[in-house]
Amino acid sequence: MSVLVYTENWDGKFKKLSFELVSFACEIAKTLNTNVVALSIGKVNDDELNKLGTYGASKILNVQNENLINLNNQAYTSVLAQAAAKEGATLIVFAHNNTGKAIAPRLSVRLKAGLATGVLALPSNFQPFTIAKKVFTAKAIANVVIKTPVSIVTLLQNAFGVFETPVAASIEAFNPEIKDNELKTEVKDVNKVSGKILLTDAEIVVSGGRGMKGPENWGSIEELATLLGAGTACSRPVSDEGWRPHEEHTGQTGKILAPNLYIACGISGAIQHLGGISGSKCIVAINKDPDAPIFEAADYGIVGDVLKVLPEMITAVKELKGN
Amino acid sequence: MKILVCISNVPDTTTKIKFTDNNTAFDQAGVQWIINPWDELALTRALDIKDAQAGMVEEITVINVGLAATEPTIRKALAIGADKGIRINAEPKDAFTVASQLADVISKESFDIILCGIESSDSNGNNVGGMLSELLDMPSVSSVSHFDIKDGKVELKREIDGGQETVSTPIPFVGIVQKGIAKEPRIPSMRGIMGARTKPLQVIEAIQTETLTEFATYDLPKPKAACKKIDPDNVKELVQLLHNEAKVI
Repeated sequence: MSVLVYTENWDGKFKKLSFELVSFACEIAKTLNTNVVALSIGKVNDDELNKLGTYGASKILNVQNENLINLNNQAYTSVLAQAAAKEGATLIVFAHNNTGKAIAPRLSVRLKAGLATGVLALPSNFQPFTIAKKVFTAKAIANVVIKTPVSIVTLLQNAFGVFETPVAASIEAFNPEIKDNELKTEVKDVNKVSGKILLTDAEIVVSGGRGMKGPENWGSIEELATLLGAGTACSRPVSDEGWRPHEEHTGQTGKILAPNLYIACGISGAIQHLGGISGSKCIVAINKDPDAPIFEAADYGIVGDVLKVLPEMITAVKELKGN
Repeated sequence: MKILVCISNVPDTTTKIKFTDNNTAFDQAGVQWIINPWDELALTRALDIKDAQAGMVEEITVINVGLAATEPTIRKALAIGADKGIRINAEPKDAFTVASQLADVISKESFDIILCGIESSDSNGNNVGGMLSELLDMPSVSSVSHFDIKDGKVELKREIDGGQETVSTPIPFVGIVQKGIAKEPRIPSMRGIMGARTKPLQVIEAIQTETLTEFATYDLPKPKAACKKIDPDNVKELVQLLHNEAKVI
């Protein structure tokens, strides 16, 4: 028996989300009186792999295979299925990101294991396995019962947190069998956004809406974001207008974020937008319309012209950071 | 090529969500139903390709797993421009059931491209497309934000965390699409609406399937404490509160 975690790496490095997954799995493993096995695919050095032990992974399966450099849904599913069988996994944990969303459903069928995606917290019950997730675009929470002996979950980023539970981790080379007919898709080109904080990874997000008036005013959003070490996001009309790239669109049909702090600048807060940010720990709204729905979702609000408030906020943050 | 677009019947996004039977069932009273927004974008992209390249796309079919009440949603997809509709007569109890019903019908047909929205706006699952591809033993490409057919070959762009990849795949395959695939969903024209009435809508009886999961109970989010308003002339106070009270900066 074990809890298996897929820990993704980016150019050989893990991110906070990988450590969060291990922390989450470790807490469940304690309850189940079992251990956590992490699975890593790709070139990651031992120092980096050992970091997973800090969060409670006692075994790390290290897969190095030329055919697995880029995500291939079928082949990765096979790797996970073979690891799950070898380790007798009763629970498999993924991040609720592009990779998790691509593999977990295939694995669910392969293992005939029930899947709950975008889960928010630890299971509320183990018999039967019951876990909460958002539904109706964050307008409600469903308590999902998984009826199969093996469960799969994808954890919403930032929903659990990172906790250290140091254990001695053993690193084991793992060479799963990959069949040729599982390698049908081919990545022709990779275009990485470099030097920017990944939105889904950001603990603070500064986001702009139509109230920003035009793309020429984004300098203050970017300046505030840089000061706070934050990612930048936007509302749907802004990305539709082409003021900002699609990757920044946050809301029902865009990115779902759960940062510690979300600063909504000139965003009215349509229900579709709120669906993408309601997991945020703290929401700040700056909008000139006192009746804008964003204030109902916000913890702190300023009713005022965002183009005047932002420069003052930048000054105040500079003062704070200067101390 | 034959394209199949899997569509979900979901409550309109502005619906007030309520539950009945001790919070075990979604209250459907007064709900307006629509095509799941991501599925609608997938259909729009398929139609754009069909229009741009005469003869390349032979036929676009939409398929839905649902009871008779979902037919207006399928008719809407026909009004938007799909050539024919299929309804599998089953209650969509969980993602695995839906994928199993779809796989059974699809395996008896010969679709080249199968498109699914990345999630439905009701269960927010991200499940059906991936499950379907595995049941059909087909390659899948997920988080697809661009899709084209050039010289008979499929070209895709998929979002990864931190960038974008260009991916090629043989057909048949399952494309799981997200925002960006089409700019705006198509709106049915009057001619489209009239024509939809006479387009074929086939009803197929369901097979026996099982469920792996169950949405046992629902909760509504706890009401949030009132927003603390700060004077626009005292922005410094906001920054102090975020630092000292909320402890987020």
